[in-house]
Amino acid sequence: MKSVKSKAVAQKLIILSVLVVMFVFFAIMRSGFASYLNVMTIALSTCVNGLLALGVTFCITTAGIDLSIGTTMTFSCVMSGIAFNNWGFPIWLAIIFGFIVGGFCGLTSGFAVAKMKLPPFIATLAMQMVTEGLSLVVSGIRPVYFTNAPGYQDIALGGFLGIDGFYNAFVLFVVGVIIAWVLYSRTLLGRYTKAIGSNEEAARLSGINTEKWKMLVYMVSGLFSAFAGLIMSSRLGSAQPQLGAGYESEAIAAAVIGGTSMSGGEGSIIGTVIGAFIISVLTNGLRSMAVSTEWQTVVTGLVLAGAVYFDLLRKRGKAA
Amino acid sequence: MAQELIRMEHISKSFPGVKALSDVSFQLNAGEVHALVGENGAGKSTLMKVLTGVYAKDEGRIFLHGKEVDIRGVRDSQRLGIVMIHQELNLMNHLTVAQNIFIGREERRALFFLNDAALNRRARELFERLRVDIDPTVPVGSLTVAKQQMVEIAKALSYNSEVLIMDEPTAALTDNEIEDLFRVIRMLRAEGKGIIHISHRLEELKQISDRITVMRDGGYVATVDTAQAQTNQIISMMVGREIFITRSERAAPQNAPVALEVKNLNAGRMVRDVSFKVHKGEILGIAGLVGAGRTETARAIFGADPLESGEIFVHGQRLNIRTPKDAVRAGIAYLSEDRKRYGLMLGLSVQTNTSIAAMKRFLRAGFFLSDAREEQNMRKMIDELSIKTPSTHQLTRFLSGGNQQKVVLAKWLTRNCDVLIFDEPTRGIDVGAKNEIYKLLDRLAAEGKAIIMISSELPEIIRVSNRVVVMCEGRITGEVKGDEIDQTTIMRYATMREAQAIGGE
Repeated sequence: MKSVKSKAVAQKLIILSVLVVMFVFFAIMRSGFASYLNVMTIALSTCVNGLLALGVTFCITTAGIDLSIGTTMTFSCVMSGIAFNNWGFPIWLAIIFGFIVGGFCGLTSGFAVAKMKLPPFIATLAMQMVTEGLSLVVSGIRPVYFTNAPGYQDIALGGFLGIDGFYNAFVLFVVGVIIAWVLYSRTLLGRYTKAIGSNEEAARLSGINTEKWKMLVYMVSGLFSAFAGLIMSSRLGSAQPQLGAGYESEAIAAAVIGGTSMSGGEGSIIGTVIGAFIISVLTNGLRSMAVSTEWQTVVTGLVLAGAVYFDLLRKRGKAA
Repeated sequence: MAQELIRMEHISKSFPGVKALSDVSFQLNAGEVHALVGENGAGKSTLMKVLTGVYAKDEGRIFLHGKEVDIRGVRDSQRLGIVMIHQELNLMNHLTVAQNIFIGREERRALFFLNDAALNRRARELFERLRVDIDPTVPVGSLTVAKQQMVEIAKALSYNSEVLIMDEPTAALTDNEIEDLFRVIRMLRAEGKGIIHISHRLEELKQISDRITVMRDGGYVATVDTAQAQTNQIISMMVGREIFITRSERAAPQNAPVALEVKNLNAGRMVRDVSFKVHKGEILGIAGLVGAGRTETARAIFGADPLESGEIFVHGQRLNIRTPKDAVRAGIAYLSEDRKRYGLMLGLSVQTNTSIAAMKRFLRAGFFLSDAREEQNMRKMIDELSIKTPSTHQLTRFLSGGNQQKVVLAKWLTRNCDVLIFDEPTRGIDVGAKNEIYKLLDRLAAEGKAIIMISSELPEIIRVSNRVVVMCEGRITGEVKGDEIDQTTIMRYATMREAQAIGGE
């Protein structure tokens, strides 16, 4: 009886040890890899992908998917910048507006999935294209700068409590992780997310308004995308309308490597965080060994396939 | 007079093109187990779905405690204390037992945070009341079907339900588990709850029910006291004609060659030292209780599970069967008990399902699929097996269980298989269609096919088989043939444990 729970823990320990082994490997191969500054760089580069992955973990747990997270991220920070530059919003309101835009995009995807019964893949693919296009339209295909907002870049790049190299972005990411973890493990939203992914019909027959909760799940994904957009635009000092598409694949990879099942019902926030770090360490480590970007992508793809394959082997072992 | 819980009067319900219920009345008392029987499509489930608000009735009235009630959805019926436990259990495998029981009614702290400790405590209390041993903190998916069913019952009780509707609750249970289920049902009956028990297994209803209501073709036939009812009488009410369980008249073949022989098969705990032969034109029954290793034996022969040791001879030739593909090439077909999962592609046409195992036969110039050839073969099969389908392109999903079974058979006959292993061929098939399957088995044997039939229903085994081997705990504990085949002999072997079996030999 106890073994069921300890297996879930074991699964996390396995991916955690993969992360550690990878880290040690690169640290041995490249002397600067384990330096304080490089570790902080890895942490910083995990923030955007990690936040996207946290949001999409909810969608995947319902046996759905959200392909629009990358472009929603871009669209929400572009809109935030437009509100600040063109509409004269104060910066704090412009930031909140960005979250409203992200949440609204997610809610719209959720409506298409839950009420219109579109397959999540299609609904969010459509949202991806819509937000990608809209970002370009509203920005005139030009970056939207936040130069008139002093301190905007400090949101991500400022040193936390003045500690050099310890970026605020990382602290904000930790806040995002805690929010996601509480939602996922300690609230009705998380409970019903798993219930819907495990057996949607049973959940419905138990008197749960599955349509409402699915819409909320996609809204959560949109809000995390907006959060990622805030960090992203703060790091760059601008919202880049041409970025965004393609970010979803690394985020989904992080969630899946972390043990979230594409068939729904199970997943873990901690797993997703570890998954996001695995991808960052891999990318950073390969780069430090002068492996080209193209080959980094190839390796990430192989790691993704390998991670899911070993997870299947582990589950098959459990069944026997 | 017992206190009345539910009265349904003159219920009618139509779906586009089908009159599913016409003028059905039904009554349930407190402290009663009321069985609802009828062939598939008789309207039992529809009636219960009307009662639980899944379907809206077209006509008729429903009374609870003598007062008319308006039930518009599952939530209404739950609130009124009417809960249905579906055959496909409606549980969420990844959530824990307690989380499942109280889904939709979670206790919260500070309005936002879930309080699982409280749920676990309340679930524990429920299980203590039911006197079953289930840990509320484990995922439901890790429990046996029987325990999952107990979780459903506990869930129903947690709504303070007065009326519990159980759809085929024993279909997937072993005998011990059925005993435990019945103990709980009797306990609930003693507490004054009303239980509606839908089942195909008439023998079982004699043990557990107080009254039996029979439905046929969407209509009400009769309600009888179980104590006074005869099984044959109920069956004839169900089908509208008398059916007698008689032995097949087809004689066992004389001196026919052996089609399949297995020697000392071993595969895991459930297949231990199994040896038997089947002749051409013979039907060999494999009897035994659930969990005796019969399906495992079939799967091992078919190459679906790995064999540890043992020899398989087909038409006298020793073969090395490692995969189902090897088995099919040798002419062995396995018709799984779970046809929807292993036997059919429900979303494809009956024709595609029939051709799928022998596609190469339907190629023109070795490359292009020939619809005409497929259709020609399909028509032949429809005639031979009397498959009831409006067209060869009908989606398999829309066929009845009996006709789906025939499509699986058509697939293997198209592939020219001559050793046919049927695993529970009539599971989930109504009484009329069962007879048709039996006749078909007889005819296939008469044509020279060698048939192995695994079945848990003794009347079926007795009726169809020329010879019966009985399994218990992975071993063959006995063999009976001809006139020796009777229920008591088979049951004696089926409950014979290892020590006795060895001692008896």
